[in-house]
Formats: sequence, structure tokens, C-alpha cells
Amino acid sequence: MSELTRMTAAELAAKIQAKEVSAVEVTQAHLDRIADVDPAVHAFLHVSTDSALAQARAVDEDVAAGNQPASPLAGVPLALKDVVTMQGAPTTVGSRMLEGWEPPYDATITTRMLEAGIVILGKTNMDEFAMGSSTENSAYGPTHNPWDLDRIPGGSGGGSSAALASFEAALAIGTDTGGSIRQPGAVTGTVGVKPTYGGVSRYGLVAFSSSLDQAGPCARTVMDAALLHEVIGGHDPLDATSINEPVPPVVQAVREGAIGDLRGVKIGVVKEFSGEGYDPGVMVSFNEAVEQLRVLGAEIVEISCPHFKYALSAYYLIAPSECSSNLARFDAMRYGIRVGDNGERSAEEVMSLTREAGFGAEVKRRIMIGTYALSSGYYDAYYGSAQKVRTLIKRDFDAAYEKVDVLVSPTTPTTAFPIGERADNPMAMYLADLCTIPASMAGHPAMSVPSKLSGIDGLPVGLQIMAPALQETRMYRVAAAYEVARNESDGGPLISRVPELEVAR
Amino acid sequence: MTAAAELMDYDEVIERFDPVLGLEVHVELSTSTKMFCGCPVVFGAEPNTQVCPTCLGLPGALPVVNAKGIEAAIRIGLALNCEIAEWCRFARKNYFYPDMPKNFQTSQYDEPIAFNGWLDVELEDGTVVRVDIERAHMEEDTGKSLHVGGSTGRIHGAEHSLLDYNRAGVPLIEIVTKPITGTGARAPEVARAYVTALRDLLRALEVSDVRMDQGSVRCDANVSLMAKDATEFGTRTETKNVNSLRSVERAVRFEMTRQAAVLAEGGTIRLETRHFDESTGSTSSGRPKETSEDYRYFPEPDLVPIAPSREWVEELRKTLPEMPAARRKRIQVEWNLTDLELRDLLNVGAVDVIAATVDAGASPAEARAWWVSHLAQEANTRGVELADLPITPAQVADVIKLVAAGTLTNKLARSVVEGVLAGEGEPVEVVEKRGLKVVSDDSALIVAVDEALAGQPDVLEKIRSGKVAAAGAIVGAVMKATKGQADAKRVRELILERANA
Repeated sequence: MSELTRMTAAELAAKIQAKEVSAVEVTQAHLDRIADVDPAVHAFLHVSTDSALAQARAVDEDVAAGNQPASPLAGVPLALKDVVTMQGAPTTVGSRMLEGWEPPYDATITTRMLEAGIVILGKTNMDEFAMGSSTENSAYGPTHNPWDLDRIPGGSGGGSSAALASFEAALAIGTDTGGSIRQPGAVTGTVGVKPTYGGVSRYGLVAFSSSLDQAGPCARTVMDAALLHEVIGGHDPLDATSINEPVPPVVQAVREGAIGDLRGVKIGVVKEFSGEGYDPGVMVSFNEAVEQLRVLGAEIVEISCPHFKYALSAYYLIAPSECSSNLARFDAMRYGIRVGDNGERSAEEVMSLTREAGFGAEVKRRIMIGTYALSSGYYDAYYGSAQKVRTLIKRDFDAAYEKVDVLVSPTTPTTAFPIGERADNPMAMYLADLCTIPASMAGHPAMSVPSKLSGIDGLPVGLQIMAPALQETRMYRVAAAYEVARNESDGGPLISRVPELEVAR
Repeated sequence: MTAAAELMDYDEVIERFDPVLGLEVHVELSTSTKMFCGCPVVFGAEPNTQVCPTCLGLPGALPVVNAKGIEAAIRIGLALNCEIAEWCRFARKNYFYPDMPKNFQTSQYDEPIAFNGWLDVELEDGTVVRVDIERAHMEEDTGKSLHVGGSTGRIHGAEHSLLDYNRAGVPLIEIVTKPITGTGARAPEVARAYVTALRDLLRALEVSDVRMDQGSVRCDANVSLMAKDATEFGTRTETKNVNSLRSVERAVRFEMTRQAAVLAEGGTIRLETRHFDESTGSTSSGRPKETSEDYRYFPEPDLVPIAPSREWVEELRKTLPEMPAARRKRIQVEWNLTDLELRDLLNVGAVDVIAATVDAGASPAEARAWWVSHLAQEANTRGVELADLPITPAQVADVIKLVAAGTLTNKLARSVVEGVLAGEGEPVEVVEKRGLKVVSDDSALIVAVDEALAGQPDVLEKIRSGKVAAAGAIVGAVMKATKGQADAKRVRELILERANA
């Protein structure tokens, strides 16, 4: 494997600017790596070789001309989750429904990354329409966890997390509705950040649950995530729910955090996120991480958030309700696949046959749950009650943040489970997002950083750090301090311990 | 087709039943762009050319609210004497239909932007009926389906359908009345008068081009009957998309006589939508409402709530124009019209053009004379509305001014108007091109007079001998020579002068 693929995004960008390596060489190294290991990992649904090399050449021309770099990430290769539109490549959302659909427009974040000189390698695998926690719900087959190819890489953004952990890309984009950035980050030993709702434009993200969906950066280091966060974040007039505020200065926060001094910082440990259902290996890793934060000078406080226990149930009413409406547009009339149009059947029949064939089981399940929950006579009991729970969760957070600066928990209760283990048990699958859903429901930022490997199965564990709305700097600072301390005590970054993958050719 | 419906004689309907109306009017706003994207709002463009990812509902595209649409909604609400919500949201109305790109319509549900208002409606005889307004809310229009191959033009029985999404996302305001009761035999007339008054109001607000024929104002008429001794409303039917004022009146009247016949036979009215057939004036059964879809409304998560500040609402209140009813009263006084004269003007749709002509500097009497006599006839011949004639009030005012200044005679003025209508340009250009100016230059006239006198020495003699009446023959010759552009009175003066010189 080329050393170039082991480097961080920040290192690669610096080398490109210093003309030690060209952006084309960097891109080619990653394309080669994809060719080598992706047959086994299956992180990518589409590799945009030509456009990626063209984007890299443009960066090299800029460097040669002596121009200022377009951004601190110019020339760095990135893996884009297939839920984000990009012209010139299909956007399938992991669904048969959109097989081969090429969007005629770029998502706002795609535009911002291309303008920043980031090289987009291709589109990554995901649970269909971002519904799932294992990437097994992709219509195009599962992605495999580079730590153990028989295990899931998390979901829905398993393609993006696996691309990072297998060194196919230095950066990735994920989207998080209930944990789809953070949980894949945790089980692959990578960093995943869900920004404040409205902090990153949703224009061009194929919607799952509009009031929860949020795109965010995925990387192998906290600094790389922060650099990408600053590229994609900020107000977008095309997204009415986008916050009209500057991007929080997260890169600066990482620099401050990396000094390793958390004195004066109050960290709350969420009491409700422990006990039954939590792997002992996960809890040992988590408690060790909390201890390290204490050593860094932080004050640790136990916090109770009594309504968090209703979050999962409420989430599984709100998200399906919104998805039942958002996915109504896939009706075979304007785009996507069309099934059964034999010239005899009515539009309704063709719609029905197309939706039957185009959507997978989990998507259908959620559309049905959501349709039921929004029905007249049931609305108040289901959707209405779930919205009340959402308010109560926000109040729990508000009360907590009166006492502490950030909250921490394990990102997900277990390490990566074997592919197929929970495929027939939706409830078990849903529990993977137990700890990540409350911040989603509140619209708050939260991130996962690798803690130590589980002592039981030797698999990665994630530490979740949550912060109040728009207070990303707090969580990045804590994450950066922890990352430095963790790496020192563990003999280097966790990611360096991913097993070597067999090379396909 | 089902057999023609049994109808009850109208007088008998009124004897036995009280009609109850509920009118829902959809108004397309004439904003320059659509409600949730930047696509232009134009009528009659090539199909599917005024579209973008948002109004096509492409995966990932998002809506952003058109502030001008909200402004128009608030102004309409204020003009209808409504309360304006301090906080309201859009909602998704979920149902599948191919001309709706997202398979949900972004609308408002239980939080309309305007509610609890009223509109005073004047009937032909001057009676004023107050119609209570339930709500006015914002929504987006759907695309248009063209069903090809069926006999009815509806989707059932069609061979295929064509879809045009140009209209998808055009801003709509839906205005819903409270039940209109106690109008008795005049219910159809009240329905028509209400839609007329609403149309005039919207036109005065300049928020819509209010073209019922182009669908920018569409009326759904809910009609039910209650027996004279009943205490509760009867079951209603909803006749959809009644697309002219006359049709509103006919549709209501038809439904009253149809429903009465059904009820008198001991039958029940089905809660359903009905279609109005312009050619027969009848309605036919559409979709039953009991089994109609559950729209699964919920607040639109892609848009933020709208909270119009009270200051903004008051600012907008200041922009309201004079209300049409008040304006009519003022005009009647200022133009010194009898009730009958005013009604005639209203009936031919002449008030606005006359007012505009007066504003452009003409006297009310002259303006009225031009529009009501000559131009009304012209409009009638062409089969268009007065306002759609290819002559503007300003141009009519110019012609009137030219007559007043003595540049044109009334006869020449008519020729100028003809020229303008024929597209020959502004009145002064027509005067120039057609050479229509009154010849008031004496030297030119003198030449003509002298020539005419020289050509008829016998007449000259008669004049010289005191037979002044003989001058008429010379006047005729001079007028002929000047192609009628001379002032006959002046010609006569000159003849007498020159003959006796």
C-alpha cells in the first residue's frame, strides 16, 4: 500500500502545497487502493476515476501557478455518501429505485467541496435511503468492516466509514439522521461528526427524515474532520432550515484542544446510557476514556436525562412519518426505475408495481409505520406524542447544559456485530442508535471519536461527545484533547492497528 | 353517461328547502417567481420549460418560501377583514397524483395565515350580503395533466396522459367562506356576486391577473339543502373548478334543483365532488368523499414557521388600495351617475378603463362617451373585454384632448381611434400618418376658397348680390378639396370675406 493512503488529510494537503507530491499522484494512489481492496470491502458503489483525476490536475495546475490553495484541503481525496447529489455520477441512495439515476444538479456541499479543491473519488455504499445501522439494507450488497470483513461497518454510512478505515480515502461525507455518521465511525475506529441541525446545508441530500437529516464530516483524525467541517458548513439560501450564522471555528478549537488541557471544562456522563444491553468491553473502554478526560483536567459529573429512554420510540415514529412523505415522490413518473409499464396498465398500477420492486423491506416497513402514524385518528397518539417527547428530550439537554459544557456516552452499545446477525430483527438493529438518537432529536451537534479497542473482541469502540446547538467548538476541543491523550497512552492512533487487507490483484 | 338527472322546479325548491353554500376560491398569484423556487410564473410557455429541481420534486431538492407570496397572502387576508396569524406553518397534504411532483402538496392545514374575515357583496338590486370568510391560506399549484384518448377528458378511459409541470409550484391562495345561509332564492346570485366581488378585490390588490378563463381564479362550490323544518345542514356536494362567473351561478342553481329532486323522492345526497359541464349547465358525479383519501397532514419540516411581525402587517395594511365597493360609491358621486348608469358601466366592465382615462386627463363625461358608445361596440364586434381592446385609456385621453384643442373634429377623432385600434401607433402618429389634422391655416384655405370661387363664377355673383345661402355650394367644394379636414364654419367665413373683397 502506498504510504500516501496512510496519511491524514492535513498532511496530504501540506505535501501537495509543498510540491512534495502531486494531487494526481495522491488521487491515483487512492484509486489504486480502491482497486486493490474494494472487491473485499465494497465501500464504493461508483468510482469517478476520470473526474477525480481531472479535479486533481486542476489542483496541481493551481499549485504550479503559485496560486493560493482553494482551501486547506485542496487535492485531498474524499468518498461521498451516495445520498448526496453530484453531477456526472449516479446517485442511488443504495436503492434499486434510483438505479442509474444521474442528478442534473450538485448538492450545495458537493459544490463547496469541489470549490475547495477536494477530489471526489466516488459514491459510497449505504443502507437504502439511509435507513439502517449496518449497510446491509443496501440494494447493492453489504459493505464489510475492514477490522473484520465478516462484520458490519455500521450504518447507514458504512461505505464512508469503511472507505476511511481501509485507507481508500482520507476524508468522507456522511449523513446522520439518528446516528448514521457516528455509529459507523465508532465501529470502524474513525471520527464522525454530526453538526448542529441547520449547520450544514441539506440541499442535494436525498431526504430520509427532513427534521433530523444532517450531513457531516468523516475522517481518521479530529483535525481532518474539523477542516472538512469548515469547508461544508455555513448558511445556504437554498435550504430554508439552514442557520444564518458563521461556521463555528472548529479548526481553532482542535488546535486549542490538542494542547491537552481540559481544566475548567465540565463533562457530564449520561447515566441512562449504561447497564443492560451495553457490552462490557464497550463500557470498559468508555470508562477508561472518561478517566483520561479527568486526568486532562476536566471535571466529571454524572447527569441524568430521564426522557432519553423514550427517544428511540419517538424517533421511530417521527423519522418514518417524514420518510413516508419524502419517499412518496418515487413513483416512476419522472425519474428512477419504472416497472410493469406494458402500455395497458394505469399510472396507479405502474406506481404500485414500481414501489413494490424498487424499495427494500426496511424502507417499506418504515413507509408503512409512518403512513399509519400520520393517519387521521392516530396522528395525535403517535406523531403528536412523539413531538412532545422531542420537546422533553430538548429540556433534558437544556437542564444538563446548565450544569456541564459537554455530555459523553458510548457512541453505540456494542462493537461491530457480524453481518446477518440482526438482519431479521429490526428491534435489535434499532438499538444500535440508542445513544445517538437523543442529540439528533434535539438538533444538537455530537461526534464519535475512537476510544480504546474492546478488551473482549478487540474491535473499535467510540466515545460520543455531545454539545449544545452551535457549540461545536466545545466538543471538538474535548475530542482533540482526548485524541492526543489516547494516542499517547495507546502507542499511536487506533486506526494504525487495522489489520492489513488482502490485495485483490 | 348516466341518464339526465331529475330536477325540481326552482320555485318549489325554494318553497321546500333552504340552500346553504360554501365557496372555495383558488387564486393564482401573479408573483414573478414560484412559491418555493426561482422559476418564472408565466402562462402559456412551452410545456416543462419553467421548471427546476425543486418544482420537479427531484430527490434532494428543497423549497424556500417566496416572500412576495406571503406578502400577497397577508394583503388578501387584510382586504378580507381577516385576522393575520402571529405564527403559522406550512403543512404537507399527502396524496398520490402524477401531476404533483412530490406526491404531496405544500399547503397550510390547521394554521392558516389569515382567518375570520368577511366580504360585503352587492347584488344587482343593491342589496348587500355579508359573506363570512373562514380562512385564506397559502399553497402551491400542481402541474397540469392532459388526458388523451378518453371521451371525458378525465384520467379514466384515457389512453395516455401528458404532464406539464410549468404550473407546479405556482403560488395559490385558497379562500374559504363560512357556510352562507339565509339567501333563499338568491343563493345562485349570491354565489356569483361573491366570486365577482372577490375577483374585483384581488384585481384592485394587484396580486393576481384574475383570469377565470386561464384558471388563475378557480371556484369550487359546495351546495346543500336543508328542509324548511330542519335544524342541521344537509349533506353537501362539491362542484369543482367552475370556471366563469356565469357558471358559478348556473352550477349552484343546478345543484339546488337536482338535490331537491333527490330529497323529495326520499333519496339521500352523497358526499361527493361533482363536475360542471359548461355546455349543458349540469353537474355530474365525480369522486365520492366518504372514501376520499386521508391526507395525513403534518407540519412541513423543510420550511421554518412564518411569524409576520405586527409592524409588517400594519405596513402592509397601509398598502391596501381603495376597496372596490367604496370606489364605486366615490365614482358615482364624482361622475354624477344614476344607479342605473353606474350599473351599466359595471356590466360592460367600463369603470376601470374610464377611471384610467379620467386619470390621464379626460373629463368623466367625455371618457364615458368614448368607452360606452364607440369602443363598447368595437369590443362587442371583436368579442373581447373592453380592457382587452388594443387601445389604452391614455390613448383615448389623448384623442379627447386633441378634440378639445381643436386639432381634431369628432369625426376625425373616430378615424384616429380606428387607426390606433388597427395598430398604427399613438394617436398623434395616426393623425400624422393619415393626414387627419383640421386645416386651420387660413392661407391654405384661402387658396382653396379662391379656387372654388373662380371655378363657379355664377355662385360668386349670387353671393356678391347678397344671396349668402349660395355660399353652401362653395363650402362643399372647399371641403372636398381639403378632404374634409377644414373647419366648415371658418370656410364659410372666408368665402364671404373673399367674395366681397
